[in-house]
Amino acid sequence: MADIDQETRDDKQGMTPIVKTIVRFALGIMVIFGAYIILYGHLTPGGGFAGGVILACGYIILTLAFGKDVALRKLSNTGASILDNLGALAFIAIGIIGFSAGFFFKNFLGHGRMFDLWSAGTIPLCNIAIGLKVTASLFAVFIALSIFGRFIYQMAGDEEEQER
Amino acid sequence: MQGLYPLFTAIPLAAAFLNLLVTKVSKRFADFFAFIVTLVLAVMAVRMLFEPAFVYKVGGWLPPWGILLVSDGLSSLMLVVINVISFLVIIFSTKYMTTYTAKPKYYALFLLMIAGMNGVVITGDMFNLYVFLEIASIASYALVGFGCEKEELEASFKYLILGGVASTAVLFGIAFLYSVTGTLNMPDMAMRLEEIGMTRLTAFVIALFLMGFGLKASSVPFHAWLPDAHPSAPAPISAMLSGVLIKALGVYAIMRIMFNVIGQYVLVAHIVMFLGALSMVVAGLLAIGQSDFKRMLAYSSISQIGYVMIGIGLALNPEMPAAVAALGLVGGLFHLVNHAVFKSLLFLCSGAVEYRTGTRDLGKLGGLIRKMPVTGVTCSIGSLSIAGIPPFNGFVSKLIIFIALFKGGYVIYGTIAVAVGFITLYYFVKLQREVLFGAIPEALAKVREAPFAMTLPLVILAILCVAMGAGYTLVDNHLLQAAKDALLDKMGYINLLMGG
Amino acid sequence: MILYFLSLVLFVMGLYCLIAKKNIVKKIIGIVITEYSINLFLVLVGYRRGGIAPIMLKGMTPQEMVNHSVDPLPQALVLTSIVIGLGVLALMVALCLRIYEKYKTFDMSEINKLKG
Repeated sequence: MADIDQETRDDKQGMTPIVKTIVRFALGIMVIFGAYIILYGHLTPGGGFAGGVILACGYIILTLAFGKDVALRKLSNTGASILDNLGALAFIAIGIIGFSAGFFFKNFLGHGRMFDLWSAGTIPLCNIAIGLKVTASLFAVFIALSIFGRFIYQMAGDEEEQER
Repeated sequence: MQGLYPLFTAIPLAAAFLNLLVTKVSKRFADFFAFIVTLVLAVMAVRMLFEPAFVYKVGGWLPPWGILLVSDGLSSLMLVVINVISFLVIIFSTKYMTTYTAKPKYYALFLLMIAGMNGVVITGDMFNLYVFLEIASIASYALVGFGCEKEELEASFKYLILGGVASTAVLFGIAFLYSVTGTLNMPDMAMRLEEIGMTRLTAFVIALFLMGFGLKASSVPFHAWLPDAHPSAPAPISAMLSGVLIKALGVYAIMRIMFNVIGQYVLVAHIVMFLGALSMVVAGLLAIGQSDFKRMLAYSSISQIGYVMIGIGLALNPEMPAAVAALGLVGGLFHLVNHAVFKSLLFLCSGAVEYRTGTRDLGKLGGLIRKMPVTGVTCSIGSLSIAGIPPFNGFVSKLIIFIALFKGGYVIYGTIAVAVGFITLYYFVKLQREVLFGAIPEALAKVREAPFAMTLPLVILAILCVAMGAGYTLVDNHLLQAAKDALLDKMGYINLLMGG
Repeated sequence: MILYFLSLVLFVMGLYCLIAKKNIVKKIIGIVITEYSINLFLVLVGYRRGGIAPIMLKGMTPQEMVNHSVDPLPQALVLTSIVIGLGVLALMVALCLRIYEKYKTFDMSEINKLKG
């Protein structure tokens, strides 16, 4: 009984079934594309911030198409906050580990061959940390503004009805 | 110790994010953690005073391609001021912030603000300065509107818009400087600007910087955000804003860029002195008619920053004899340190009064010295220091500025400074009469003394006021001479780049 | 030369929008236009006539790339500046929503409780 209720509730939220089908297909492509831009940040234009924005846009499209219950089940508010802080701590940790090689933020891994995926020392690791943080932050900002915005409209509407 | 220099920014940043992570599990952790972190930073800052001047290359990259962190007399002085006052304010806010919700987020934003201010003071790279300036500013915009009442949101929004335009002006200036010199490294830029001299572009860049950093330092005519932001913010944030933020972001940046990067010119000196005199007079006169405790303190902040700007402007003039310039600079720097101490003391006192009585209106307060003795005595000490009564520290710094102005031949500015000193005395006596002495109103009959965690920083700051005034020669030899030499010696700043 | 001048015109337009409009959301858009005009100016500073993008391709020596490419440093600065602008924008919009909740209006001339 509980499963059917949740499914019908999920069906009522969000947009029409056509949009939902296409988003199911396109979301996978978006996530892979975002991960590609983050990982290849030291070889092609992009890097941590641009890839993180693309991944966050993937989550936002998920929220718009399916409704906020489904999206919050995939990555809750607390989960976004934890990922956010972990990403920032990882970035600072890479800087502090550089102390062991002499200076703050020194590139202590080997440089590798040029044009390889695993080259350029700590730069891909920094990109991954930043990508994680930006994704979680933008998603948290969107959730805070959209859910809160709806709350305000509701409150403002209630007060107008009371005055009348 | 030299190798640990970048930790001044890394530790508060890591602590802010770690704070948010751990307080999901236990809420009591936030107070204790912030206390430990600021204690460590304060100890490191005091230890840094005893090191000779050096440069730190971040990531091992050689200048002028890499980012440099510079440590000389001025940076060490500012680091001590920022970190010690932050430590005392954190002790105060462990008790005060129980009236607000979301305390862990408050500590996270506070630590971010400290990281930003430390970064502005230690960096030797122009764009790095802009990034840390923005970190500290954004944290302070969010902190001003922390309790989400009507007035606080309006004040925070006003501060945000004005601060945003100022930061844009600063970025504009940095873009112009980069296009002319081709480098972002501050000592390197100083070398190339010396060859170029004063062109129309340099004058435009100076105007942009004075507008941008002048707004952060809240000098008239860019002061409009300060009297709204201070009463609305929680009391510890007002103490940080007025005591440390406007100095680390505004006055420090003007000093560093005008003395060490762009060089000393007569026109700039006259403009800075005029802005200082304008701040003193306008804010002093506006402070007399205020009826809100913290709003009066906010206007008096603008007025005292005018004193610091006049001292700096006097030293910027290359035609002054070296002794007069040194005197003016030492007076300005000492007044900066003093103002950090006694203005934080006064704002924390107003916070203690508000915590117990629930109001900031001067008409409703009175006779509190009998009910809250510790708060009352320390508030009196703070008011007497800022008014310039001997033997407190305010008297010494104001006297040095007066002597420097008269010796430099600026009779009009000197008379204005002395007159504003009397105006300051007048409204602080009025403040003390309204709040501390006189009859106790009915509503306040049951008021008790503030809790221990709130009175401890008040007592420490009051002791500092008295000690710095009496032991002035000690302060001068160890702190101020090094800072003054670091500023006046542009070739020395450039040579740090070569030697380090 | 005309491009630098046009980015200054954009800056002034953003400033006009900030000063002259009464709606809070329009003021926010004004600030965003101002910040982006500065980013545009910063990227233009690094331009070199006939330059290539500063990306190393296979079969190019580093010396060749340095000789032909545009200045990559302003591009890094602009990336940081865009992120900072995003942070300020998020804070501004959040404050704007909260102000609407308390004052029930977006009109700036009615939000003037703090005076003197």
